[in-house]
Amino acid sequence: MQLTLEFGGGLELLCDSVKVHNVNVDMAKGAEKLIMKDLLGWVHTNLIKERPEMFMKGDTVRPGVLVLVNDCDWELSGQLDTTLEEKDVVVFISTLHGG
Amino acid sequence: MEKGEEEKPTKAGSRLCCNCNQRRAALKRPKTLQQLCRECFYEVFEEEIHQVIVENQLFKPGERVAIGASGGKDSTVLAYVLSELNRRHNYGLDLFLLSVDEGITGYRDDSLETVKRNEIQYGLPLKIVSYKDLYGWTMDEIVKMIGLKNNCTFCGVFRRQALDRGAALLKVDKVATGHNADDIAETVLLNILRGDIARLSRCTSIVTGEDGPIPRCKPFKYTYEKEIVIYPCIYSPNAYRGFAREFIKDLERIRPRAILDIIQSGEDFRISTFTKMPEQGTCERCGYISSQKWCKACVLLEGLNRGLPKLGIGRSRGPNNDRKKGTKETNGAKSIESKQCGTLDF
Repeated sequence: MQLTLEFGGGLELLCDSVKVHNVNVDMAKGAEKLIMKDLLGWVHTNLIKERPEMFMKGDTVRPGVLVLVNDCDWELSGQLDTTLEEKDVVVFISTLHGG
Repeated sequence: MEKGEEEKPTKAGSRLCCNCNQRRAALKRPKTLQQLCRECFYEVFEEEIHQVIVENQLFKPGERVAIGASGGKDSTVLAYVLSELNRRHNYGLDLFLLSVDEGITGYRDDSLETVKRNEIQYGLPLKIVSYKDLYGWTMDEIVKMIGLKNNCTFCGVFRRQALDRGAALLKVDKVATGHNADDIAETVLLNILRGDIARLSRCTSIVTGEDGPIPRCKPFKYTYEKEIVIYPCIYSPNAYRGFAREFIKDLERIRPRAILDIIQSGEDFRISTFTKMPEQGTCERCGYISSQKWCKACVLLEGLNRGLPKLGIGRSRGPNNDRKKGTKETNGAKSIESKQCGTLDF
């Protein structure tokens, strides 16, 4: 599945200072859909190069990290259960540190 | 809606804006749990800040106001919102951008660029004051001398004074800073943890320093950080502060009202009348407000210039310590209280 992932607010520093990643995420065998929970696992394994604790806490993003799916707050779409579709744009922005 | 103009298919469970009932909700406001569309959010966000300004009489017509501009998210949004509200509601303010250049290679370059862009975008005159000009030292030179351990102390103390000195140069009546509700809730917690009663009583005020040379105000006192969205700090983030901040985000997740509740707790904190509060005087050396003989910046500078960079940090001896000696043993909170963090000052 083709997705565009954007990292901001300092999170880009965890993935080689690249803000926009056009990625291809494969669904697990036998799975019918890809949800945010799967994507976070994929990002953690494939994109985050350092200090993963700045991005994740437990099985979700660290509090203070905003997630937008197609410009919409993921709190409105079910957070970890948000179903992703082809060409979706997912933005992660850290609100922690600095100001 | 015409064909071909449709938005991307909405996610299952996404709802309409609870304000206009027309457009798709784009975010959930942590403060009210309202689900709003982009347009209504901007409106509500700006209107709320206008109400805070009016209710607290933050500004008077004809005043010159400097916006403390770091180039970060908070101050950029503040510059935009204030210039917008000033126009829309005829505040009659002369607004300026005031930036501090700490002299950190690669750090301020981007943010100073942002501030210069803001100057053009919002048509606000910009003044940049540098540590080098004010103190004879850049942060890079200070870090070269003292390492990365205590640099936040230097940077924080110097920044506070730099803003005041810049404000004096601009001849402004007031400085507005971008401190948001999360910042204030965090500072309330830290001041409680540190037992710093003097700061605790000050840190929730929306206007501070009214008795000093230039008062400061915080129009974003009740504005959630989630709604502002932020910018990174590269020199060693303060671990203690980071911890409290994360705790606040944990609380917000469980109970979004928690941030406002903590501010309320800070406001409601009563200090018994027999507690002796540090008196505010002026620094014997530079005349800046100080509760000690010398202000913190002068103590730190003395250390740097004498090659004793530890002076003024933690328990080290300096010109202010002779006076404190007697109280040290009896007051265990003192040593914690003197630990300063870069962005703590309010």
